[in-house]
Amino acid sequence: MKSFELKDTTKETLAGYGFLMPNFIGFIIFTSLPVLASLALSFMKVDLISLPKVFAFIGFENFRQLVTDPYFWKYCWNTVVLMGAIPFSIAGSLILALALNQKIKGVVFFRTIYFLPSICSGVAIYVLWRLIYNSDFGVLNTLILKLGTLLHLPLKGPNWLTDEAWAKPALMIMNVWQSVGGYNMILYLAALQGVPRDLYEAAEIDGANNWQKFWAVTWPQISPTTFFIATMSIIGGFQAGFDPAYIMTGGGPNGATTTIIYYIYNNAFQWQQMGYAAAISWFLFLVIFVITLIKWKVFGKLVHYY
Amino acid sequence: MDTTLDVKKLARDERRKKRFEKIGLYLFASVGAFTMIAPFLWMVATSLKTAGEVFSYQKPWWYDWIPTSFVWQNYVKAWKVVPFARFYLNSIFVVVLTTLGQVTTSAFAAYAFARLRFPGRDKIFFAYLATMMIPGAVTMIPVFILLQWLGWIDSYKAVILPGIFTAYGTFMLRQFFLTLPKDLEDAAKIDGCSYFGIFWRILLPLSKPALATLTTFTFMGSWMNFMWPLVVLNSHEKFTLPVGLAYFQSVHNTDWTLLMAGSLMMILPILLLFVFNQRYFVEGIKLSGIKG
Repeated sequence: MKSFELKDTTKETLAGYGFLMPNFIGFIIFTSLPVLASLALSFMKVDLISLPKVFAFIGFENFRQLVTDPYFWKYCWNTVVLMGAIPFSIAGSLILALALNQKIKGVVFFRTIYFLPSICSGVAIYVLWRLIYNSDFGVLNTLILKLGTLLHLPLKGPNWLTDEAWAKPALMIMNVWQSVGGYNMILYLAALQGVPRDLYEAAEIDGANNWQKFWAVTWPQISPTTFFIATMSIIGGFQAGFDPAYIMTGGGPNGATTTIIYYIYNNAFQWQQMGYAAAISWFLFLVIFVITLIKWKVFGKLVHYY
Repeated sequence: MDTTLDVKKLARDERRKKRFEKIGLYLFASVGAFTMIAPFLWMVATSLKTAGEVFSYQKPWWYDWIPTSFVWQNYVKAWKVVPFARFYLNSIFVVVLTTLGQVTTSAFAAYAFARLRFPGRDKIFFAYLATMMIPGAVTMIPVFILLQWLGWIDSYKAVILPGIFTAYGTFMLRQFFLTLPKDLEDAAKIDGCSYFGIFWRILLPLSKPALATLTTFTFMGSWMNFMWPLVVLNSHEKFTLPVGLAYFQSVHNTDWTLLMAGSLMMILPILLLFVFNQRYFVEGIKLSGIKG
């Protein structure tokens, strides 16, 4: 016989804390405290190079600098312009999903192929696209040149990655290629399969053609998915752009492909402006917070729609 | 005026229209597939060319991209020019530990959140949820300072540890655990099974699909992760593959055949993982889409 027995609720409490503990400690050390620390840092001047290290409180100086820093606003603008790829990507995902949702053979085959670019996205793919965009012997400009000879026109491809006007479109085209057949297409495919069949049958009885069926039935039915994809893409878009720009353009030419996150990286880890970088990251957080709030509000309504 | 309906003709027209639509659909799907796969084919082709062949387009355009002689030697050379084998091992080490750590701690925490009652549980869970929307850039700088203070910069620890404790994995598994029926657990509890026993012998075996999904996603994300290892690693012999490849590119800027060989070797494990685990990818995406 045990002389001492814990109450069941106490046991459960202990077990709960026990199971939570490993993750929770890491969560405190690597997420919660750093968030607070980051807020503190955004009001400081930080210098880790000099000895002793400098952590000096400077009030709103970083935020004042942020408001008046022309580079910061330029890079914000870059980030927004690069997000111009999002509508194309979403439309493409929907079109591909609509195609795969027809009764065609080899759906798994096509889906696999479409998915490849997004699965492999990363440094390797950016190195590949640097070669594709090479102005002298990249496959893109070679094709443009050959098309020119075929049509007897003096066609010549641009210097994709070194021309300030073309660097952003180049990254956007690559981005669409990368994302169009990926996560969003799968989400759309799942949404399309969830549209009740009798709605289409009713539309057919009313004599609707495919185009009308799409706009009257499909589009409203999948609108929550579209909204979800759009907000997630925008949230992702604000934080995007470091990896491809670092590999393909180094943020150039003339800062044309530097995004907010790239500027944070440069400030924090290249120029030792960690306080300023923290302030920028909080600006980014604020933007994302606002979008998330809008998302919750609208999504709540859309879900009630069902 | 002919008012008789030629039913046969109508049916034939309808069939013909359907067939045209079908052909158009396949054509469209195939063009899409070609667009997606062409860059990869070109990558493979370039990796097998001689260095000179990359720059010249002499042959007719339609077989121009096929290498004249297949230079398998490029792959051997890529391994020798930079310590690619080392990068590979580093990546495997980092990715396996990150994945193992994340799946384990997430599953533990998810069990606590989904099944056990203890004071403060919902508040803590809310804190987890709230941090999911905080951009990684916010925590990156303080974590770097912390690691530097600990003297851990330029170590594998610095790459692995911050990647283990994600709120996302916990959240995903919790949502999955909540969908499982409780009857089995209640029965086990009456039979005197411990909490760990319930977790280990009942919950985990039932959650294999969710665990596989989280494992696949974590593995992939960690394998491709570039920015954080770039920030915390300095010495070449500790580089993971993405950082190593970026370094390779900065040193051998125009060795395109070798760069393509290296890139291909980097994405190969992901391709294999995807081809064999495709259903977990699809499931995982649907799960993440539901959360709203």
